[in-house]
Amino acid sequence: MVDFEHWEMPVKYSGIVEEHHTVRKAAGLFDISHMGEIWINGLRAADFLNWVLTNDVSALETGQAQYSLMCNEVGGVLDDLYVYRIGAETFLLMVNASRTGRDMLWLEEKLEEFGQSNRVVLKNVSQDYGAVALQGRASEKILSDAIGGNGLIKVDRPSDLQKNEIEAFALGDRDVYVARTGYTGEDGFEVIAPAECIGDVWNRLLTAGESEGLKPCGLGARDTLRLEMGYPLYGHELSEQITPLEAGLGYFVKLGKGEFVGSVELANQKEKKPNRKCVAFRLTDKAPPPRAEYTIWGRDTVWKTGDLNMIGKVTSGNQSPSLGIGIGLALVQSSFAGMGTKLEVNIRNRNVPAEVVKKPFYKPKD
Amino acid sequence: MSRIPENLKYATSHEWLSVEAEAGTVGITDHAQAELTDIVFVELPEVGRQLVAGDNCAVVESVKSASEIYCPADGEVLEVNPALTDNPGLVNDDPYGDGWFFKIKIGAPSESLLDAAGYASEIGES
Repeated sequence: MVDFEHWEMPVKYSGIVEEHHTVRKAAGLFDISHMGEIWINGLRAADFLNWVLTNDVSALETGQAQYSLMCNEVGGVLDDLYVYRIGAETFLLMVNASRTGRDMLWLEEKLEEFGQSNRVVLKNVSQDYGAVALQGRASEKILSDAIGGNGLIKVDRPSDLQKNEIEAFALGDRDVYVARTGYTGEDGFEVIAPAECIGDVWNRLLTAGESEGLKPCGLGARDTLRLEMGYPLYGHELSEQITPLEAGLGYFVKLGKGEFVGSVELANQKEKKPNRKCVAFRLTDKAPPPRAEYTIWGRDTVWKTGDLNMIGKVTSGNQSPSLGIGIGLALVQSSFAGMGTKLEVNIRNRNVPAEVVKKPFYKPKD
Repeated sequence: MSRIPENLKYATSHEWLSVEAEAGTVGITDHAQAELTDIVFVELPEVGRQLVAGDNCAVVESVKSASEIYCPADGEVLEVNPALTDNPGLVNDDPYGDGWFFKIKIGAPSESLLDAAGYASEIGES
């Protein structure tokens, strides 16, 4: 067990690599109760969210979800999160555990500025809700066995959910939310439920998954799985000093939707092109795995002197369990961000060769 | 409970030393490999390097972290385990056998090395 933002979390159950492969081949179950949940209700809730987040909330119909970012005035990322539209005027945000407090303060402050506080209600319900992620190709069958009944919003059964859709189901006398979302690249679901019944959800899923090879998985596998997909992790690829454009998340910044917090700076940066970018790289030789904070070096390409300069830092790195090589994400000078660019990673005072590659590192099989 | 063979000497930093005449073999304990989890890379010392007990002489990389390995005796590195280059998982599978790290020509083992019972008590398994 490790202390993660005051949540006692298992890094592993049976073993990180074994859990990783289980998710890629069958299914794994993660306790993600540390994640923060914030309810946003009211007549102007959609407008408020559209102003305070970078993605276009108005594109969401009831029962749909999207990945989004919350930025400060200069475009730095305060948090990355999922927005679930539960109803016309009801939204659920799933935010990072470490950022929940900061997010709430920011949202309250921004709501005051927005000036519709009687038409938008914010509520931090992180202590009242727990969540689990069921990930892997066997997830649909397992979930269908564990949680039955008719959906309360739109679809009939959990298996009817499309990617990025959410539905409420009755479990006993409580409602639980089931979303077809995740952080592993595999098909899968996240179940958000009142804290008093999240244990029941966990047990039902584990029992239903027994015959499918389902295993409980810890934070270690969650990290190697997301890394193979090139997904960002707040505090590594994202921070208040890094913009979504630098992080390679421009797709989730809808500059055309009208003004929003950070939009002026982000539009400006988009036009001038950011001078650093987050890239995916792989080691090209057998070498120790890259780790966060290792320096990245590149040969001068402007003057063609061949001089080796420090051009960035690793933000996340590890040995890819699926590929058996060292992979990582790094924030580097933009001139070194092109596909195939040769880099060097300094590992304990030795430079090892690497190259910029496309995300994801690993393509999940259907 | 992890395995702690009676015939080896142990460092509190979780290396084992097997003394055979003038040569010694070094590896990491079963307890250490279990704590480190899946080992994906082992960086070994150069053959011929003169080590002093307590020297940082190797690095073990798991999916969790990089950990330094300290030499449990004075001596010159005679040989390193070539199998670990292609198969670092041997350290997890067989920490006292095929997963050995290197052999040294022993000068003096560190005086602070523990016997099996002492190590068991060190890791709370006595």
